[in-house]
Amino acid sequence: MDYLYDLNTFIPATIAAAAGLVVLMQSVYKVKINTIFGVTVFSLVVALLFALRDLFGPVGTSFYDMVAYGGTAAFGTLLVITGTLFCVLISRDYLEAIDHHYGEVYAMILFATTGMVGLAVSNDLIMLFVGLETMSICLYVLAGLIKEEKTGAESALKYFLLGAFSTGFLLYGIALIYGATGSTNYADITALTDISPLFMAGSALLLVGFFFKISAVPFHMWTPDVYQGTPTTLTAYFATASKAATFVALILVMSRMMPEIEGVGWTQAISVIAIITMILGNLIALVQDNVKRMLAYSSIAHAGYLLVGLAAGTADGYTGVLYYLFAYTVMNIGAFGVIAFYERNQALDFTDVNNYAGLGYKQPVMAVLLSVFLFSLAGIPPFVGFLAKYYVFAAAVNAGHITLAVVGVLTTAASVYYYLRVMVFMYFREPHKEFDLVNPGAIFKYALIVLCVLTVYYGVEPVFPMGSLIELLTSYYTETGPAGMAGP
Amino acid sequence: MATYAFVLLAVLAVASALAMVLNKNTVNSALFLVLNLMSVAGLYLLLHAQFLAIIQILVYAGAIMVLFLFVIMLLNVDEEESLFDKFRAIYLVAFLLGVVVFGQIVYSLGGVTDLLPEISADMAYVGTVEAVGEVLYTTYLMPFEMTAILLTAAVVGALMIAQYKVKTSDQEE
Repeated sequence: MDYLYDLNTFIPATIAAAAGLVVLMQSVYKVKINTIFGVTVFSLVVALLFALRDLFGPVGTSFYDMVAYGGTAAFGTLLVITGTLFCVLISRDYLEAIDHHYGEVYAMILFATTGMVGLAVSNDLIMLFVGLETMSICLYVLAGLIKEEKTGAESALKYFLLGAFSTGFLLYGIALIYGATGSTNYADITALTDISPLFMAGSALLLVGFFFKISAVPFHMWTPDVYQGTPTTLTAYFATASKAATFVALILVMSRMMPEIEGVGWTQAISVIAIITMILGNLIALVQDNVKRMLAYSSIAHAGYLLVGLAAGTADGYTGVLYYLFAYTVMNIGAFGVIAFYERNQALDFTDVNNYAGLGYKQPVMAVLLSVFLFSLAGIPPFVGFLAKYYVFAAAVNAGHITLAVVGVLTTAASVYYYLRVMVFMYFREPHKEFDLVNPGAIFKYALIVLCVLTVYYGVEPVFPMGSLIELLTSYYTETGPAGMAGP
Repeated sequence: MATYAFVLLAVLAVASALAMVLNKNTVNSALFLVLNLMSVAGLYLLLHAQFLAIIQILVYAGAIMVLFLFVIMLLNVDEEESLFDKFRAIYLVAFLLGVVVFGQIVYSLGGVTDLLPEISADMAYVGTVEAVGEVLYTTYLMPFEMTAILLTAAVVGALMIAQYKVKTSDQEE
């Protein structure tokens, strides 16, 4: 094999890893923090360009079948890098305000990004595990960034313990699958014709490990506490990039690894998990007063919607999930970003929704942005969240899962309540006391505006380039089929 | 010759394991564990698994045992605590589980009569450093490189968590 050719298919992650090392050394030699921030942003932009190039490039596997490139894997890379870039852009002002702005944070983010890309493109269970661990270790550290406060320490400890616990499930599953098939490679496993109980036990444990990471009910316990204790812009990173990477890996596992034998697809199990995740996530979000906890439960609910597309198990379903992940990344980073902006003001505790009273008229641009993102999260047209939900539910209906789609639509309707509640407070309530908001920084503001433009643009004009992309991804699943995709 | 070496190492391994469990002084216990790990490493060598033997000594007997000793000495555990002062039902369960596992081992090893198996050239090659290195730098190159990032991140992350108050570069200037 040609290492240079293989490396060429893996450039975004390579850039992220190299930039992480550079940033680390820069903070050792006490380079100015703004330079470090600039290097991080620059490397992520370059990685983003390469990820865009790979999206329409050839499809196959490299590094001795360890990683896949092109198609779904390339889209996963793009999602991760996009999410990371915007999270970094909105992080600077916020981290400065909470006095935790140092170079190591960016190094950890870049290392986590490397792991996420590795996870999202994995074509082998060993690669999957190493990528997942690289991501998780960095996220544990970032969760405990505000270690002086109880919530920060609680968040890091909870995330670490439950994360390690779930990794145990995942690894045990991988071990059992290896025991049953004698291989960790997706293509070898999917060629299996004889399904043993050992394989079923292994893939069940593997899925449980995944459900922990995507915080599906009943494996969601850690999510609200971790999201609450983590610095808000990094919470956005947890909720979007890491979830996108895990979901893309899950799509690859479901579509490429599971043998095509009746009953092995786990559709029933995923359907049940999807239903209870949608219901419970939305139900608990209804009664949250803390905005970050509300968004945490909403992210659990969104995991449920994503599982609906996965349960469909068709080309449309997988494409719908990928599109949903894009929409979710864009609108969720936006929502967390605006909340991070409000939190920078020390006047009141802006994680409490009661203190949002009257905010709509103080920084009108920010309030409008938050409204757009929340409308989109609620799935109201003409925003991208609506189209994403439409694709996922339509795929479920076409695959014959009517119940899933009905539960999805009903819970979506319920979710409108808690998203609109924030806006009601912002625009229709009188503030308790007088205060002024700080001005948002230029980079911060424009990053959010770009996200808002993406939210609106892909809601009204999904044809180009996202539409052609959807065609590309769909054709990719239907023409070559799950088994053929592992080949070069 | 190999048989004598095996008997010597096996006796040493069992004796040091017993000594580790029965010793009342925790530091001595830890040192007996080092001896145990060393003799098991010797057994690996007899089976032509060089790589495993070296790693066993470097990682377990070396790094991990140093960590154990540090922790024992830092925590200063010299208070004698008896684990079995009164009978509890859980001990019976633990004992029965132990018997089951021991039975399994005896059962699966029951058919083997030779002390040391015949090792063909192919089998011997698998355990060498060259063979491990070859797959590590070809088939498993990507996970290997990713692990490098993982370990770097883990070390830096541990420092970030342990540091009491991080000074930003701008504050020091």
